[in-house]
Amino acid sequence: MQKPVIATASLAGCFGCHMSLLDIDERILDLIELVDFNKSPINDIKEFTAECDIGLIEGGCCLDENVHVLREFRNHCRILISMGECAIMGGLPAMRNGISVRECLEEAYLNGPSVRNYNEGKVLPNDEELPVLLNRVYPCHEVVKMDYFLPGCPPDAELLWQALTALIHNKEMDLPYEVFKFD
Amino acid sequence: MAESVDSVIARYNSDASRLMDILIDVQSAQGFIGDPAIAKIAEELGLSTADVEQTRSFYHFFSKKPTGKYAIYLNTSVNAYMMGRDAVARTFEVEAGIPFNTVTRDGLIGLFDTSCIGMSDQEPAAIINGKIFPNLTPFRVKELIRDIRAGKSVEELVVEGYGDGQNSNPDVRAVVRNNIRKIGPVLDPDYKPGEVIRKKLTEMTPQQVIDEMKRSNIRGRGGAGFPTGMKWEICRQAESDEKYIICNADEGEPGTFKDRVILTERPKLLLEGMVVAAYAIGARQGILYVRHEYEYLKTYLEKLIAGAYKRNLMGKNIAGIEGFDFDVRIQYGAGSYVCGEESALIESAEGKRGEPRDKPPFPVEKGYHGQPTVVNNVETFCSAVKVLLHGADWYRSFGTTDSTGTKVVSISGDCRYPGIYEVEWGFSVNDICGMAGAEDVMAVQVGGPSGSLVGASDFDRVLCYADLSTGGSLIIFNHTRDLLEDVVLNFTSFFIEESCGSCSTCRIMPVILRDKLRKILDARGVKSDITDMLEWAKVLKSSRCGLGQTAANPIVTSIRNFRHLYDQKIRGEMRYDTGFDLTRATQEGMAATGRYTHAD
Repeated sequence: MQKPVIATASLAGCFGCHMSLLDIDERILDLIELVDFNKSPINDIKEFTAECDIGLIEGGCCLDENVHVLREFRNHCRILISMGECAIMGGLPAMRNGISVRECLEEAYLNGPSVRNYNEGKVLPNDEELPVLLNRVYPCHEVVKMDYFLPGCPPDAELLWQALTALIHNKEMDLPYEVFKFD
Repeated sequence: MAESVDSVIARYNSDASRLMDILIDVQSAQGFIGDPAIAKIAEELGLSTADVEQTRSFYHFFSKKPTGKYAIYLNTSVNAYMMGRDAVARTFEVEAGIPFNTVTRDGLIGLFDTSCIGMSDQEPAAIINGKIFPNLTPFRVKELIRDIRAGKSVEELVVEGYGDGQNSNPDVRAVVRNNIRKIGPVLDPDYKPGEVIRKKLTEMTPQQVIDEMKRSNIRGRGGAGFPTGMKWEICRQAESDEKYIICNADEGEPGTFKDRVILTERPKLLLEGMVVAAYAIGARQGILYVRHEYEYLKTYLEKLIAGAYKRNLMGKNIAGIEGFDFDVRIQYGAGSYVCGEESALIESAEGKRGEPRDKPPFPVEKGYHGQPTVVNNVETFCSAVKVLLHGADWYRSFGTTDSTGTKVVSISGDCRYPGIYEVEWGFSVNDICGMAGAEDVMAVQVGGPSGSLVGASDFDRVLCYADLSTGGSLIIFNHTRDLLEDVVLNFTSFFIEESCGSCSTCRIMPVILRDKLRKILDARGVKSDITDMLEWAKVLKSSRCGLGQTAANPIVTSIRNFRHLYDQKIRGEMRYDTGFDLTRATQEGMAATGRYTHAD
């Protein structure tokens, strides 16, 4: 039987959830016995080369590029999982949601103390190649259908391990209180 | 000259637990509760300004800014809309020259929305400076605004004459009508106040009273249906020197107005019931908690209580029973549906935000000021008097085995005879419709928004605790109504407005559900939106109180009983659609950086 294929992406996140995935420590060796990895920052595969079984998404969508990547994952992954607070709720980046895009850009490029005296042309970056900020940060499920949600900031390595192995073995997940409680 | 904040505080002896009364009086005297007033109250009561501010900000009828010399609160309940609220509201706006929830620049008129005010059989209705103005029409609104501008007093605005029964009492003088259509043991006009206290209590021990209540099998009439005798017994057995009786007259469930009629026409029966309960559990103090919307009954009720003292039916050694002392005070609310939940009501009566408490402990163990407290509905107290008067066996002859006695129901909506009906438990929905003269009925909302929306296939189901349980609100809809747009959306908005915000589930989920419902109503819905709503609604069960737990009932019961109405609005084959629009989401960012999408 072919091994299940996993892909991962970090959208508007901090890579903390990916770090947590690495926190499964030596079980990473078990994991690569169990699955193959496709597009992911972990192996630096940049484009999908196969259809995948499981997609792990870290971060919400704050740029149009995030939306494109997320939609691509939806098209290529049978099961798509929101991994961590930002993917589920927007997380820290969503703190800008009450502030207009223009105000955010002006603070970042014109008025902030670290840029105030250096941006002489008072330019807001606008090259066509640059991704565009969305009007607010969206959690993934507001953009595409998400199948599962793994909460945490980041989700505990144990939670990620349990979730992945349960999915792969088609078993119910073992979820002791310690794994998902607030700390 | 408006009464000063100092004199209001002095009236309540700087007692922090009377903060509600202080805020009510300041609001009434000055038309708003500003920061200086809050600072003053905090200082005098020994509270922080945040303590005072959090109570003030919780209640709908407390305002930080002036509400106008004439503060007009127009009801937003489903019944108001069914009876032409849109046209009435528009006329108010045009005539006053301002949109709702603002005040005219000269400070004369304030227009505000407000949740159901208990006048569902005479809508659209508004409260103007505490006085009720029912049966509004655009014509009547023009008259009102013209007369207000002409400088008439609120009393002079009345042109239709006062209502029937005690509504015309000099202490009430309300335009409200009772619309009593069917009487039974509770509403029986042939009632002799004080008879049970003088003839029965004097001959019974408290335990005998409780035993009789238990034998009658009477259950709470507020909606939850907890056995009354058991509640009294638990409270009697709780060890404490101080126990309290509280009457819950905070009926806020849209479509219910029966307590208003009982408070108007049988208030002595209710007060006698509180005395009976006090005797049974050994309470020395009682509180009659009345919703703010019924403030027009205040003087009337206060005088009745004073009269009971004079006749030795309250106060010391009641009816000559040595050592049986019982005092009652009235506590008014200030506009909050959640205060109908007993622990929230207790918090409110203590002068705090009306947020439900975590349970257990239940109020019978730790209630008002942490002491054992019985909280019962208006109708429960009234029924208790009749149980003692005629005996448990007589009482059990009414209703069904499981649900004994009668229920006073408020019927409104599409029927010829809306009003108050006292029926035996066991009436079917069909009976209700027939009795009220309703034809072409599409649906009946049983138990208000927190109850069920039932269709024709359920019309032979009966009102009782085991089948269709209800606190008494019945709203009838005929086939001209759009159930989803007119009813379900209205009810869901009501829960959003009235959530106390304490539990995140009830604070957030109804908003998410309403957005989904709107998506479906806008013909943007897909099949999974319906199943999502059913699934997501389940998280509300984790809310602290019954009100939060039932906040999705309008959506859940309408999907269950009127699924075809949803399916009709679902578009195409698409199985999932989040409604996300990338072009719209990037517009702001593109414009801010001077980039524009290609016109192609």
